[in-house]
Amino acid sequence: MSDISYPVMDSAADKLTTATGKKLSDLTLENVLAGTVTAADFSITREALLLQAEVARLASRRTLAENFERASELVGVPNETIFEIYELLRPGRAASADVLKERARHMRSVYGANRIATFLEEAAAAYERRSLFRRRY
Amino acid sequence: MSDQNSKPPLPNRWQRFNQWDKRPLRLDRFAREDAKNGFAATNSPADPKPSLKISQGKVVQLDGVAEADFDLIDEFIARHHIDLSVAPEAMALDARDFARSLVDINIPRSELTRLAKGMTPAKLAEVMGHLSTVELMFAQTKLRARRTPANQAHVTNAKDDPLQLAADSATAVALGFDEIETTMRVASNGWANALGCVVGAAVGRGGVLFQCSIEEAEELTIGMAGFTSYAETVSVYGTEGSFIDGDDTPWSKAFLTTAYAARGIKARCTSGGGSELLMGYHDAHSILYLEARCLCLQRGMGVQGTQNGGIDGAPLTYSVPGGGREIFAENVMAALLDLECASGNDTRASSSEIRVGAKIMPALVSGTDFICSGFGSILSYDNSFAASLFNGEEIEDFLALQRDFVVEGGLTPLTEDRALDVRRRAVDAVAAVMEELGLAQPRDDQKASVVFASGSLETDTFSAGEVVAISRKIKDSGITATDVIKALHKRGFVEEARNLLSMLRLRVAGDHLQTAAIIRDGRILSAINDPNDYAGPGTGYRISEERWREISQMRDSIGRSDVFGLGARPHDGNSAYALIPAGSAALGRDEKEVVIGLSPAWGIDIHETTAGHKLSDVLDALISGIENAGGTYRVVRVRHTADTSFLGLTAARLSGSGYGIGIQAKGTAVIHQKDRYPHMNVELFSMAPITSLDHYHRLGANAARFAAGENPEPVLVAYNGEALLAKHHVKTALLFAAETGATDPSALPEELRLERHT
Repeated sequence: MSDISYPVMDSAADKLTTATGKKLSDLTLENVLAGTVTAADFSITREALLLQAEVARLASRRTLAENFERASELVGVPNETIFEIYELLRPGRAASADVLKERARHMRSVYGANRIATFLEEAAAAYERRSLFRRRY
Repeated sequence: MSDQNSKPPLPNRWQRFNQWDKRPLRLDRFAREDAKNGFAATNSPADPKPSLKISQGKVVQLDGVAEADFDLIDEFIARHHIDLSVAPEAMALDARDFARSLVDINIPRSELTRLAKGMTPAKLAEVMGHLSTVELMFAQTKLRARRTPANQAHVTNAKDDPLQLAADSATAVALGFDEIETTMRVASNGWANALGCVVGAAVGRGGVLFQCSIEEAEELTIGMAGFTSYAETVSVYGTEGSFIDGDDTPWSKAFLTTAYAARGIKARCTSGGGSELLMGYHDAHSILYLEARCLCLQRGMGVQGTQNGGIDGAPLTYSVPGGGREIFAENVMAALLDLECASGNDTRASSSEIRVGAKIMPALVSGTDFICSGFGSILSYDNSFAASLFNGEEIEDFLALQRDFVVEGGLTPLTEDRALDVRRRAVDAVAAVMEELGLAQPRDDQKASVVFASGSLETDTFSAGEVVAISRKIKDSGITATDVIKALHKRGFVEEARNLLSMLRLRVAGDHLQTAAIIRDGRILSAINDPNDYAGPGTGYRISEERWREISQMRDSIGRSDVFGLGARPHDGNSAYALIPAGSAALGRDEKEVVIGLSPAWGIDIHETTAGHKLSDVLDALISGIENAGGTYRVVRVRHTADTSFLGLTAARLSGSGYGIGIQAKGTAVIHQKDRYPHMNVELFSMAPITSLDHYHRLGANAARFAAGENPEPVLVAYNGEALLAKHHVKTALLFAAETGATDPSALPEELRLERHT
């Protein structure tokens, strides 16, 4: 499959960069103090999640790998959008399956989030079948 | 007539029941088995038979339910959990055969988890049903995801005081916890709680994972700011009704776990027997079957692990017949599904200390990824989650269990110096950060009160309103963990700054997102690079010599030097008289005489009894008793034996009356008669630790009365049932070794003359 070895922190230190393009070796106390490394550098990246998905899959953990792959699509998605989607997925929040399907289209077109979109469409169908699109408050 | 009337009427009940009624156990309620109403640990008639149908690469029937009738949970399990490539093979296995393979050291974990991924909830519940508690424990030893067991602490307090949170977090780290979980009394205090804990957790060693349990959006935001590194608040349920009542669905929860991963935060779900029953949607299923659904769902969601085994429902599940076994079966099932398992034990499930201690044993002895998903490292009243199974009061009890059974519970004994050091350091560090970031100016007296306090009732610290203001300020001014690092460094807390930075660095690569990850010595340890490879004796996790030294160090352990050291001899050279050897002891002629036979080490190596009486006082008591009863005495030192019976018999055979007293320096004494068998003594004081000088006095008197041909009432030492042996036997054994060491088999009894110093 690949030469990926764990921990990725050690094996892929050269390959991985932070959200602002710095190397892992740049994440030193000195750089934090100097302000050249900021809070934004300490978030996970799409690439790291895909590497972790690979590690999980090699360890026969398919579902964990799929979760990391879905997560890789949310790295660039703002918190507010994530909470909107979470809210829509709760029972009775969306008025119809169309609302979820529309959100799926949006995630696909704006963020290229195909796995997330498929996941939302799957939820829409399940909710429809189980009559979840009803008012709760 | 009047005598009869004054007697109380006979009770109409065996009085033992009255005593049982008053025991703490009776505060627990015990539920009758009643499957129809959800009170069945396992095997409810309503539980389905395991079944699975696959058609055209799709599950079309699951545990007797056709695809068209799938509820949300069935559908999610069918779509995401069931591994179609192994399902036909796995479902065809005989459940009992598979249960046997779980306890077969020749079948590796990987083969078992491979097959479990093709099993339905009903199948898994059926498999678990074949295992006894001891078999479950053995299976758990084999199935745990991470080789090295660990433990998680609750760190909270009733005042949401960030100074105390810092001190208690540092204490928890020093005790060895690998994860710390906090929550608060006032929801808006989340940010202050996070700051207190994260700074405290950076004291001593880096690498402790931290979570702040709060509403999802807030939790994710606090995580984004770099304060937290894991979350375990993603609850799932085994019935659709409970799920929807809990305002979620499998998809909403799965999405949330994805969101945590997308922010580099380790996540585990929460489920646990009894939750559906509490929420009123049990569908008449057994607790174990419902948990099987929860766990299949979690695996399908792709979360790395679970916090399960009763959890909030543990007291309810524990009330049901077989509840203890069921709760542990939940943990084993999680491990079988290849999930990290934080095995509950985070709720005080009983008022009986015996039931509490027993409940921890399966997880502690077999080892889970986290023995407790929240050990109350603080006092029970400070626990904002409600009291845990074990709390701050009982940490040393837990340490004793680790030591007794040579098991890894993740904790390490703490010395008094170390506790104060880390607490002081943590309070100073968080106070410095607060000052640097303009959050507060903690006073010295406030800081000091927290350092020494066992719980928040003893602290003089921020008011509730001040904490709310601190928390709001952190949130509103957008303070992140990098600001905290800078503040720590600026004020000289360089090591703590580095430790906190190492936690931030983790999330860039995400290694801690893999199954069962913890951080030890700056290195990730997870099911990937520390996989459980147990395959029978000599394999898997073994306590190293170094680790054993830590575990076995119980506070105030005593050894020979403590019993015989300088400090332990307060009566040495402090006697009212000297015992002067006066040649070989001869047979006495005085018919009123009682010979007192002292043991070989009396007054030489040993100077007080286990009850703490000065030996000269004890001898005085015996002598005054003899003389008061009209007898005379002679003192000899027996040197060929240290055994009480033989001491007594030797003394009796030297005595003119035929009666003698044998006494060991630790205080055990006997009256003997010269014609008796060695072990058929006249009277025995075997409970030296509770024998008083008055008892010795009366023993002396009785010996004199026997010598005079009387038959006195025996002297009884009242015993209240306390664990005397646990309290005294270490010292007793060491003392007695000195006695046996001083014996000389060929030495004859020696006459002793008492020379008063006055």
